Order: sequence, then C-alpha cells, then structure tokens
Amino acid sequence: MGIDTAAIWAVIILVGVMLYVIADGFDLGVGLLFPFVNGEKDRDRMMASVAPIWDGNETWLVLGGAALMAAFPLAYAVVLSALYLPIVFMLIGLILRGVAFEARAKSSDASRHLWNKAFFAGSLLASFSQGVTLGSYLNGIRVVDGQFAGTAWDWISPFSLFCGVALSATYALLGSTWLIMKTDGLLQSLMRRLTYPLVIMLLVFMLVVSIWTPLGHPAIAERWFSLPNLYWLAPLPIVTLLACVWLLCSVKQGEATPFLMTLVVVMLGFIGLGISLWPNVIPPALNFWPPGIDIWEASSPVASQGFALVGALVIIPIILMYSAWSYYVFRGKVSAEDAYH
Amino acid sequence: MQETALLLARIQFGFTVSFHIIFPAITIGLASYLAVLEGCWLRSRNPVFKQLYQFWSRIFALNFGMGVVSGLVMAYEFGTNWSGFSAFAGSITGPLLTYEVLTAFFLEAGFLGVMLFGWSKVGEKLHFFATLMVAIGTLISATWILASNSWMQTPAGYEIVDGKVIPTDWLAIIFNPSFPYRLVHMGLAAFLSTALMVGASAAWHLLKGRDSAAIRTMLMMAIGMLMVVTPLQIIAGDAHGINTLEHQPAKVAAMEGHWRNESAGEGVPLLLFGWPDNEAETTHFAFGIPHLGSLILTHSWDGTFKGLSEFPADERPNATAVFWSFRVMVGLGTLMLLLGVWGVWAWWRRTLFSNRRLLRFALLMGPTGLIALLAGWFTTELGRQPWVVYGLLKTADAASPHQALELTISLVLFVIVYGLIFGTGIRYMLRLIAQGPDHNIETTLSTVRQAPLSNTEQGE
Ligand code: HDD
Ligand code: HEM
Ligand code: HEM
Repeated sequence: MGIDTAAIWAVIILVGVMLYVIADGFDLGVGLLFPFVNGEKDRDRMMASVAPIWDGNETWLVLGGAALMAAFPLAYAVVLSALYLPIVFMLIGLILRGVAFEARAKSSDASRHLWNKAFFAGSLLASFSQGVTLGSYLNGIRVVDGQFAGTAWDWISPFSLFCGVALSATYALLGSTWLIMKTDGLLQSLMRRLTYPLVIMLLVFMLVVSIWTPLGHPAIAERWFSLPNLYWLAPLPIVTLLACVWLLCSVKQGEATPFLMTLVVVMLGFIGLGISLWPNVIPPALNFWPPGIDIWEASSPVASQGFALVGALVIIPIILMYSAWSYYVFRGKVSAEDAYH
Repeated sequence: MQETALLLARIQFGFTVSFHIIFPAITIGLASYLAVLEGCWLRSRNPVFKQLYQFWSRIFALNFGMGVVSGLVMAYEFGTNWSGFSAFAGSITGPLLTYEVLTAFFLEAGFLGVMLFGWSKVGEKLHFFATLMVAIGTLISATWILASNSWMQTPAGYEIVDGKVIPTDWLAIIFNPSFPYRLVHMGLAAFLSTALMVGASAAWHLLKGRDSAAIRTMLMMAIGMLMVVTPLQIIAGDAHGINTLEHQPAKVAAMEGHWRNESAGEGVPLLLFGWPDNEAETTHFAFGIPHLGSLILTHSWDGTFKGLSEFPADERPNATAVFWSFRVMVGLGTLMLLLGVWGVWAWWRRTLFSNRRLLRFALLMGPTGLIALLAGWFTTELGRQPWVVYGLLKTADAASPHQALELTISLVLFVIVYGLIFGTGIRYMLRLIAQGPDHNIETTLSTVRQAPLSNTEQGE
C-alpha cells in the first residue's frame, strides 16, 4: 500500500491538539479570568457558559494522548517521560478545575470561595504547565537508543517558562472573547476592557517566539527563511497580523467577531508551530547527538496505524457533528439560571 | 532503574487507578439506572421516576466529573511512568485506547451536557436519547478498556519483531481468551456496586423515619437488581476462574494458597482461611474443605492443578496478597447474595420497609460493591505479577527511566490532591445522598433557590 499512514496520523494528531488548544483554551481561559470578576452571580454565569461543554473539549486532549500512543508509541513513551513533571502538574491542575465545576455548584455558601480559588488555581496551573510542556518540547529532547536520556529537570529553561506565560495569556484572551460572545451587561463590558491588553500581549509573545525559535534552531530558520519557502509561508504572519487588527477593531462593538478572530489567530500560530516541527515527532535537542526522531522512525506498525485510522476517519466526522449539535443546543447568551440542574 | 523508583512507580499507578475505577464503576451503573428511570417516567408518567432521575443525576454529575479527571491521569500515565510498556506494546493498547476515545469518551461527553443541563432546551424524546447515549457510552468504554487490560493478561493475535509487539489479528486481540469473562464480570460488578449504593441510601432514609414513594421505589429496584445480578455474578466469577486456570495457572495457585499437590487421590481442598507464606512456600493455619477446590476448578473429585512451588521462584505472584484480596471479594459476594435473598423474602412477607435489621444490613452493605470490585482488581493485577504483559514483559522492564526524587514528588502531590479534592467530592456525594430525593431545594446555586416540591404524591 502506498498510503503514508504516518503522515495522515501526524496531521490528525496536530488537528486534534489544535482543537484541544482552542476548545479547552477558552474554558481554561474562563477560569483564568475568575479573579477579575466580582460577585457570585457573574461567576455563576461564567461557569454556566462552559459547564455543558468543557468535558467534550478536554476529550481532545485524551484523543491526542491515545492517538500518539497508537501511531507513534516511541514518541509517546519518550516525550511523556521527558516532560514528566510538567505533565503531572498539568494533570493536577485539570483535576482541581474539573472537580470544581460540579463541586462548586454543590458546595455550601461558606465554602464556595474555596472552589472559586481551586477553579482559578487549577486553570492557571494547567495552562502554565501546558505552555511549559510545549516550550520544552520545542526546545528538543535528548534521546539515546529510543530512551529519554536527559534529566527530570531539563524542562526548566527561560524559553519554556516564557511559553508558560504566553500560553496562559493566550487562553485568557480566548476566554475573554468567548465571554464577550456569551454574556451581556457589565460582565460583557468588563471582558471587552480586559481583551485589549491581552491582544497586545499575544502579539508581543508571538513576535518573541517567531524570533527566538529560528535563532535557537537553525533548522527552523532554514525552514522559514530559505528562498522558495519564504514566499509560500509569508502569508501566514501577514494574515495573522490582519486578523489581530480586525480583532482589535471589533472588541468595542462586536459580539461573536472578537472570539472568531482570536480563533483565527491562535489557529494560524499553531499551524506555524506545526510547520516548524514537521516532520519531527521528537524535536532535536540543541548541541546533542543523535538528532531528533521523525514520524516515520517513531511509527507503530502499519497494522496498528491502519486499524486505528479506519475508525478515526469514519468516527471523527460523526463526533464533530454531534459536538456541533451540543454547542448549538447551548447557543446564545447565558443567564445564571442556566447553571443549575 | 532502581528498586525504590520501581516501587514508587507501582504505588503511584496502583493508587491512581484504584481511585479512578471507583468513579467509572458508579458511572456505568448510575448511567444505566438513569436511563431506566427516564424510560419508566416517559412510559408511565409517574412523577416518582422523574423525581428519582433528578435526584440521582446530580450525584451522577459529580461522580462523572471525578471519573473524567482521574481517567485523564491514567491515559497519560502509560507514557509518563511506563514508557517501556508503551514502547513495547503501545502498538496494541494504543489503538484500543484510541477507539475508546473515539467511540465512547466523545459520545459520553457530547451528550452529557444535554443530559444534565438540557431539560429546558430540548424535547423529552431527545433528552431521553441523550441519556441513552451517555449510558451506552459508558458500556462501550468498559468494553475497550477491558479488551486492553485482558490482552495484557492473556495476549493473543500478535507476534514479536525486534523486541516489540506487532499486531497480526485484531479480532484475536480484542476477543482474547479472558476478555468475555472480564467484561461480563466487571459490568455486573458495576451494576452491583450501584445497586448496593442505591439500596443503602433508601435504607438510611427509612431508618431515619423518612418514608416516601420515591424511597420505597429505590429500595425495591435495588433489591430486585441484587437478587438477579448476584447469582449471575457468582456464575460469571466461577467461569472466569476456570478460564484463568487455563491461561494464568500461577495466579489461580496464588488465589487458592495452593503450593503443591499431595499424593494422588487427595484432590485440592478449598481453603477458607490461611496465611500463605511466600518464603516458606506453604500456607499456615490452613483451614478448608477437602476436595472442594478440585470440584470447583476442575469439576472432578480429585482433579489437581499446578501448585505455586512448581513455578520458577521469580515468576510467582505474592500469594498472601492475592489469596486475601480474592477472599474479600468472594466473601462480600456471598453477603450480597444473602442480602438479595433476605430482601426478596421480606418483600414477599411485606416487611421490606419496616424490618430494621434488614435495613441496617442493607445500609452496611452500601460500600461493599466497591470494596469487592477493588479487591477483584487487586486479585487480577497482583496475580499477574511479575508480568505486565503476561509472559512477555516484566513490570521491572516496563517502567520509565525516572529517579526516586521525581517519583516521590509526583506521588506526594497525587496523594494530597486526590485526598483533598476527591475526598471532598465524595463527601459532597454522600451529603447529596443524605438529603434524599424528597429534599428538592436546589443546592446548585447560591443565587437561585427553588421552593421545595410539594409533598402531595409522597407517602403511602
Ligand atoms: C461487585 C464486585 C464483585 C463480586 C461480587 C465478585 N467479583 Fe470477582 N472480580 C471483580 C468483582 C467482583 C472485578 C473487580 O470486576 C474483577 C477484577 C477484574 C475483573 O475482570 O473482575 C474480579 C476478578 C475475579 C477473578 C480473577 C480473574 C482473573 O483476573 O483472571 C476471579 C477468579 C473472580 N473474580 C471470581 C469471582 C467469584 C468466584 C465470585 C463469587 C462470589 C466473585 N468473583 C464475585
Ligand atoms: C480499574 C481497575 C484496576 C485496578 C484497581 C488495578 C490495579 C492495579 C494495581 C494495584 C497494580 C499494581 C500491581 C503491582 O505492581 O504489584 C496494577 C498494575 C498494572 N495495571 Fe492495573 N488495575 C486496574 C485496571 C487496569 C487496566 C484497565 C489496565 C490497562 C489497560 C491496567 C494496566 C496495568 C499496568 C500496565 C500495570 C503495571 C504497572 C504495575 O505493575 O504497577 N490496569 N494495576
Ligand atoms: C487503567 C486504565 C484506564 C485508563 C487509561 C482509562 C482512561 C480514562 C480516561 C482518559 C477517562 C476520561 C475520559 C473523558 O475525558 O471523558 C476515563 C473515564 C472513564 N473510564 Fe477509564 N480508564 C482506565 C480504566 C478504566 C476501567 C477498568 C473502566 C471500567 C471498566 C473504565 C471506565 C471508564 C468510564 C465509564 C469512564 C467515563 C467517565 C467516568 O468515569 O465517569 N476505565 N478513563
């Protein structure tokens, strides 16, 4: 068979992780914005805007992990061991906030503030750790003989910590524009005000990453700045910039536009990362030999990739259909009354 | 990797998976229970069913949330902590887990929102459909994860190339020898655990003098369920054991505390008590019924099977742990049968709602479904040691190359967070149960309070 199942799986996983980033991104962002809002009524509304869908959003993360194990077991084993502590921190953050959804609704008035804090702290821990994980992944992983050969602390670097902050800000922006779309009144105007600085932060972060990664990784510089590529890839940053401008213009009046434009920006940024990495599934660590591992080297047998691919290609469209239906059922502005069940 | 690091990794896995399985077991049972309740309500329009639906769906929601996040940890733990295992067998467990995500987790998550928050947003039929999808999703989930676990117990349909597993026959992989038994046994275990929980909550309210149509319905449904499912569970467990004898004889020898066969014609006794001693290779204080072991496992009076001493010393599970966890499970199963029979008897004598001794017994039995279920998993998993993939990969070769330091950090974090967060979550669940279906003041929001439902249709 001439079908490159490894390449198809790499695309599926990238798209899955991207859907995760934008979907769980806005509901993590809602958690990040909790401390900026006063009054339980508004917090109820913020919760209610994501309560029916957060679980589906998080499932894309589970798919990312499972599909990585199915299609690239070597990468799953090496990358996850290498990033052990940040991933554990992320999981702990997701536990805190995941349980807070239901527990907050069932807590007594006196203990509710604790769950508010757990929701915020969990969202922050998860977002920051995801950024750190991403950053140290981009920095590369030391592999010898198919085993992680670094230390448990390799993930701590200025770049990865920077990515932690950057991703948290990105999620907060997704959250604030989501809430512009889903709420009205004072809460909505508060979110409009918060959106401006977040967009500026996002622009700065993207700029810094775009300079930092090619400087640190000659291969990435080559990918973007060598000659025919430059023409093909130039539209990406340009469109991103245009979308940011449109986003800034729409914040004052727009309802859904700010959120949609944020989605466009985040997706383009994500595609940019994908282009930098391709076709590595374990990026090379700087000044380290042997170099990174590409998707074909890390592939599971065709019998595994093919078997899982049949299911993925048939079922993912169905999943997208009923997930869209679920979003459709809960469309429109939320009121606090939507929160109880 | 060092001994301590391996031990820490195993403790962490055992701790997180044991926490996790409690929630799915209740999720599986309650989801089906809710589907039945809603179906009954749509047919009969008896408000009691809707009242019970709303009551248990709140508990379900909280439990589901905890199941999801504790499951998330499991999905990543194979890579973070067991990279040797993932690199070796990910080509098989990976696709199975992927199918679980695609066919089950998305289905549950996609319809859960409508099920919990959608009463006023969609029609009744569509809402019922959402409940059904969630219930079916939980069963599909159990099917895939048990196929994966069963494959690790009784591998089939693979070959080994370059020190890695290559799948050759997916049907043989999924329908591996222990899968049907484990699926049925675990499914029934989930239903039993839930029925015991529902029954105990009804008993508690009756003992407190709170008697209503809803509470009586709960007790009757629970007792009926116990009466039907416990015998099935015992039959399934027996068949499961016989199958295990064929495929994992060392595990059965450990379960029975059976070290060596005596002279011909002696048969193997069924030990009721005893203390298997791994060093001395004998079971102290053994007290048992002669020949019953042979009878159950080989269906003949003096049949024999391999004793643990006949296996190489480094391929034996820890007999003390396996022996006792197995006895806890079987002992509790027997008590469940007793509760079912006594309940049906009292029902027939019309004393089901007033016999305080029976009610107290039902209350005490509340958590035993989950205890038996955990004991069953401990039997299964400890009995498989020292293998992770039976006969193919040892646990010691499965672990990631971590040092004790980072494993200690993660273990301590997990223990603290699980204790605090899931501990509080479980307390909230118990508090909701204690409020009962007749207490319908909305607890969900500080700002929205509903008046209690009218009490007209309650009582006799
Ligand atoms: C409500 C829970 C419950 C009850 C009442 C029972 N079991 Fe069980 N048992 C389980 C819950 C469970 C379990 C948690 O579901 C296990 C662990 C793995 C599995 O598939 O089922 C299990 C495993 C398990 C095994 C190990 C099989 C293997 O791993 O290869 C055997 C032989 C039995 N059971 C047999 C029995 C018998 C003879 C019972 C009769 C009273 C019984 N079980 C009652
Ligand atoms: C859900 C109920 C389960 C419980 C309570 C449980 C319990 C345990 C325990 C206590 C161990 C530690 C054994 C030891 O190291 O001595 C273990 C090991 C293991 N189990 Fe399970 N298990 C469960 C289900 C599963 C499933 C569904 C899978 C796979 C799909 C699985 C995969 C493993 C693996 C890979 C190990 C090896 C690591 C180790 O030995 O600690 N388990 N399990
Ligand atoms: C140790 C191996 C296991 C892994 C890796 C695992 C993985 C997961 C994950 C990732 C989730 C969350 C899915 C979501 O986001 O919706 C989950 C939930 C679930 N799991 Fe597990 N699981 C394991 C063992 C089991 C077992 C043995 C069962 C039952 C037989 C089970 C049944 C379920 C069910 C019904 C859910 C639905 C959510 C809930 O628990 O309430 N899992 N599991």
